[in-house]
Amino acid sequence: MLSWLPEDVSTFGGEIDRLFYAIYYITGVALVVVTALMIIFLIAYRRREGRKATYTHGNTALEITWTVIPAIVFIGLSFASVSTWGKIKAHPPAAEVTLQVTAKQFNWEVLYPGPDGKFGTEDDFQVDNDIHVPVKKVVHVILKSKDVIHSFFLPNLRLKQDALPGKDIIVWFEAVKPGKYELPCAELCGFGHSGMKGWLYVDGPEDYAKWQQATWPAK
Amino acid sequence: MTESATAPSAHAEAHHELGFVRTYIFSTDHKMIGRQFLFLGLFMLIIGGLLAMMMRWELAWPETNIPLMGWVPEPYMYGGILPPQTYNAFFTMHATIMIFFVVMPIMVGGFGNFLIPLMIGAGDMAFPKLNMLSFWVGFVSGLVMLASFFVPGGPAAGGWTSYAPLSAQASYTGVEWGQHLWIISLIILGISSLMGSINYITTVVNMRAPGMTYFRMPLTIWSLFITAILLLLALPVLTAALAMLLFDRMFGTSFFLPAGGGEPLLWQHLFWFFGHPEVYVLVLPAMGVTSDILATFSRKPIFGYHAMAFSMIAIAFLSWVVWGHHMFVSGMNPLLGTAFMMSTMVIAIPSAIKTFNWLGTLWGGSIRFSAPMLFALGFVSNFVIGGLSGIFMASTPVDIFIHDTYYIVAHFHYVVAGIIFALFAAVYYWFPKMFGKLMNEPLGKIHFILTYIFFNLTFFPMHILGVGGHMRRIYNPLQYEFLQPLQGINHFITISAFILGASQLFFIYNFIASLAKGRRAERNPWLANSLEWSAASPPPHGNYETTPVVYRGAYEYSSPEVSEDWLPQNRQVSGGVARAH
Repeated sequence: MLSWLPEDVSTFGGEIDRLFYAIYYITGVALVVVTALMIIFLIAYRRREGRKATYTHGNTALEITWTVIPAIVFIGLSFASVSTWGKIKAHPPAAEVTLQVTAKQFNWEVLYPGPDGKFGTEDDFQVDNDIHVPVKKVVHVILKSKDVIHSFFLPNLRLKQDALPGKDIIVWFEAVKPGKYELPCAELCGFGHSGMKGWLYVDGPEDYAKWQQATWPAK
Repeated sequence: MTESATAPSAHAEAHHELGFVRTYIFSTDHKMIGRQFLFLGLFMLIIGGLLAMMMRWELAWPETNIPLMGWVPEPYMYGGILPPQTYNAFFTMHATIMIFFVVMPIMVGGFGNFLIPLMIGAGDMAFPKLNMLSFWVGFVSGLVMLASFFVPGGPAAGGWTSYAPLSAQASYTGVEWGQHLWIISLIILGISSLMGSINYITTVVNMRAPGMTYFRMPLTIWSLFITAILLLLALPVLTAALAMLLFDRMFGTSFFLPAGGGEPLLWQHLFWFFGHPEVYVLVLPAMGVTSDILATFSRKPIFGYHAMAFSMIAIAFLSWVVWGHHMFVSGMNPLLGTAFMMSTMVIAIPSAIKTFNWLGTLWGGSIRFSAPMLFALGFVSNFVIGGLSGIFMASTPVDIFIHDTYYIVAHFHYVVAGIIFALFAAVYYWFPKMFGKLMNEPLGKIHFILTYIFFNLTFFPMHILGVGGHMRRIYNPLQYEFLQPLQGINHFITISAFILGASQLFFIYNFIASLAKGRRAERNPWLANSLEWSAASPPPHGNYETTPVVYRGAYEYSSPEVSEDWLPQNRQVSGGVARAH
């Protein structure tokens, strides 16, 4: 089933996918075992003439066993998740490229700081729905929203973050492979929600420089 | 309030004096109110289901004419083509109706009302008039919700979660009165549920028959008791949040609007603080009913009765500290995300315990595959899948990817739509007691087989869509290049959903035909132990000729004390000692 995952081109995507696979195999085993037991019991203990059901109210040792084993598995999964979560959400690496994305019904406004590297200056450059970033650079995106809640979703980078009106949220990613990746809005934002999307262009160093030269205001 | 428990025969006589209106419409009899809730819920189930069918058509063949829907006027549809606005309204109303007007009225309102007095040996609810009021207030709420389909702008279209600010200002959705009515309807429904829950709690605490200790109560009663407590505590939070939302919309306040200093995330915190206990309000009665049916048809005591009761109590406490797992990518502090991941992993433990105990109940049984049993097994099977898929989203990093995708849609349909299996199990099981008629067993089996197969063919592939990144609540998947290869799955799901929907005709026919000309049911057609089976089918006003005395728990199947394989709670065994368990 997990072969349906979109191609991962993010530095932290692999960690998410590994957790995904781990949980997939653990729950897969649990599903097979429980379903198999259920089917076996249903066949073996179907009603037959002359056989009475076993009279038992339970078994304390079993209760303890099937409380403790899931508890250990769940606690293990929690600890396995904490470091990846912290890496993605709490401790971003220093930015090499910063841009600002403002969501609005029903577009992503992308703002680049321009040649001076600062927002709020005259050489800022704004475009709708197209994000260009260089490959293998840490990109910080300052997420904003003008109206309702939207969600910045890059399936190929395993990144999703809601954009909240009235709050700046910084997300980061580092793409490892040049290409063109879709950027849908993942949170219902009104009648135009479906179709609110942009593109992320991950450019090689030369392409990125070329794009900057062609589109950004001159120094 | 002990009046009806101490004088059931007086009630039975009074029954004959009541006219049509007092018997069938403004009835204070818990059984009639239970039936009214059941009919309300089944009617709404048809509406909610039809909305889903139209959504599935749109997802498989976007922006094409839905057959038979050409009559819907513009701008709601264009010759049968759904515009995005109507699509958003449909999924909003589908969820709202299924949660608040199908599962809650049937499981909590219908079976809660019908079963609580009967199963604890009481003559009626503690507050019969409040009970009647609860139904009719709920009925008005349903009318208000349905009325929202007919106001200009159409019904609410901000999702059943109605996240602010989208829901807090009419210009964001273009829906003015539809959303107002949605809020007002749910506030009214909250009042109805509050009256119901007060009644349930009081009845269970005060009106249990002699000998019916808490730990002799059937698990159905435990589940409804805990559900009522959750409702009592959770609903005021929703009502407060809804009132704030209505104020933002109508009176210019800014609780949730950042422009006026409000906080959009406040809505999500309040909504999910209600919303997660609400999930257990929906699923606990299904678990209770399933436990009782599995024991009855395995002819075996429920495995680990105390573990079952305590795991529900644990869920009742833990359900208050997991709401943040709906908000991992909302912009909430990441540290909180970690805390909510931990609490969510913990609340999975009691669910696992329940599943293993159901397996334990089957082990060594003498299993009869009647329609109620098949549906109860179907519930367990779906709950296992829904429970396991929940672990994925409990893990915060994995949730980053699958949040707001069809993976979530698959998960909560396995849990919440899976409740429909427990709901059908309960209908097939208690129909003889409710209406004094037997349902057709072969039709019930056909209904089960088709529903089970096509439920899974509908909802399981949604996991794959979710893994592929398919967002929920989108109107046209073909607008996205990365979703186009998945469209074949959407076709498959839609066709399965249509057959799933059509399969329900077997149930509708069986239900109506059995009501009209089903074979008369005896008191105890399933040879079950709990008290309701010792009353007449259907029980008269006042339920019991004499107040039953309880000698044991509800699960003494295949007991060595007697030669039969069942031993009712109220049968005195000569020389036998009444045992707690």
